[in-house]
Amino acid sequence: MQKVYESAEAALDGLLFDGMFIAAGGFGLCGIPELLIDAIVAAGTKDITIASNNCGVDDFGLGKLLQTRQIKKMISSYVGENAEFMRQYLSGELELEFNPQGTLAERMRAGGAGIPGFYTRTGVGTVIAEGKEHKEFDGETYILERGIVADLSIVKAWKADDTGNLVFRKTARNFNPPAATCGKFCVAEVEEIVPRGSLDPDTIHLPGIYVHRLIQGEHEKRIEQRTTRKRETA
Amino acid sequence: MPWDRNQMAARAAEELEDGMYVNLGIGIPTLVANYVGDKDITLQSENGMLGMGPFPFEGEEDPDLINAGKQTITELSRTAYFDSAQSFAMIRGGKIAAAILGAMEVAENGDLANWMIPGKLVKGMGGAMDLVAGVGRVIVVMDHANKKGESKVLKECTLPLTGKGVVDRIITNLGVFDVVEGGLAIVELADGVSREEVLSLTDATVVN
Repeated sequence: MQKVYESAEAALDGLLFDGMFIAAGGFGLCGIPELLIDAIVAAGTKDITIASNNCGVDDFGLGKLLQTRQIKKMISSYVGENAEFMRQYLSGELELEFNPQGTLAERMRAGGAGIPGFYTRTGVGTVIAEGKEHKEFDGETYILERGIVADLSIVKAWKADDTGNLVFRKTARNFNPPAATCGKFCVAEVEEIVPRGSLDPDTIHLPGIYVHRLIQGEHEKRIEQRTTRKRETA
Repeated sequence: MPWDRNQMAARAAEELEDGMYVNLGIGIPTLVANYVGDKDITLQSENGMLGMGPFPFEGEEDPDLINAGKQTITELSRTAYFDSAQSFAMIRGGKIAAAILGAMEVAENGDLANWMIPGKLVKGMGGAMDLVAGVGRVIVVMDHANKKGESKVLKECTLPLTGKGVVDRIITNLGVFDVVEGGLAIVELADGVSREEVLSLTDATVVN
């Protein structure tokens, strides 16, 4: 089966529809599927619900889909870096469901693993717990959270082989593996596609079974907060 | 004299023991890393890293290597990377010995509020709710009172909670306090700070 596509547009062909649910990898601007996001902007798909830890910044990442008003609802843990997000949210144009970060990651992992729900202590006694089933285990109270199954997953990895085995780099792994697994269909973008056999099978982070289509491309990889220290002079 | 930010961070660093895996929040908690000395402490960054190193030298920033505050950082010889699900599995699973976090309000029963002020811009809880629910010990580092001079150490939190009954110890500019049966116990006072001064700025019940 051919998984490698020429472009993000080609890789998304036939997968996008209005009102769809997309799970996206990335943390802040680190490890985000920037090429696939651009292609969704170009496709003009509307009323999208997106599960992603963050929503990019005004002019990069998922923030671009906000500028074009293509997002109906976000499921996120932190959206602080985005003025347009706040404007649309406060004016009621955009729905927002806050999930604690670990709950969001586990919802994706569970959804991809065939687990429809799980109990967690996270959020007990807070607004997050309102309306959710509470259950006691061994004297501790837990709440029920649902697994996420998305119509489409979009993720970014460092390298792939042509069978879709993925290798991530440093903290750019973040939400990408759980997001990849929770989609009915997954498209991955990578910096380099290498021939099968050239990745060490013991170092593959996400097996190709989860990845249906692949593209290679140039990434901007923008830095959100550039922090440095001075070199000590001898 | 009440402690300044660095003195609070230094005092918080005394809470850490050799061999601990620790998560530090944003603000004063981040400064704690400067005061661990020779102790063998491994810092977790909840976006998927154990063994967080200092900021990179100028020109050596790597967009693929950031902390939970989205700042560029470096790796160490002990560093391990993992995905967000595994990161919070180790947090929720109680593998992280302690979290040192900032707060807007803490109550005498250990309730913590540090993620939203109703009517103001809500940015989200990030990983804070998972951390306080999961780690072994939650240590809050914050100013004892807000800029208006109102106590942040309360009988009951007024803001939406991050966690219920989760705080073990509070380190403020005035001293160190433990959440115990019936209220807060004074563990230590900052040099030159009197018990009366603390009581006048504390809304919570002090048991000793």
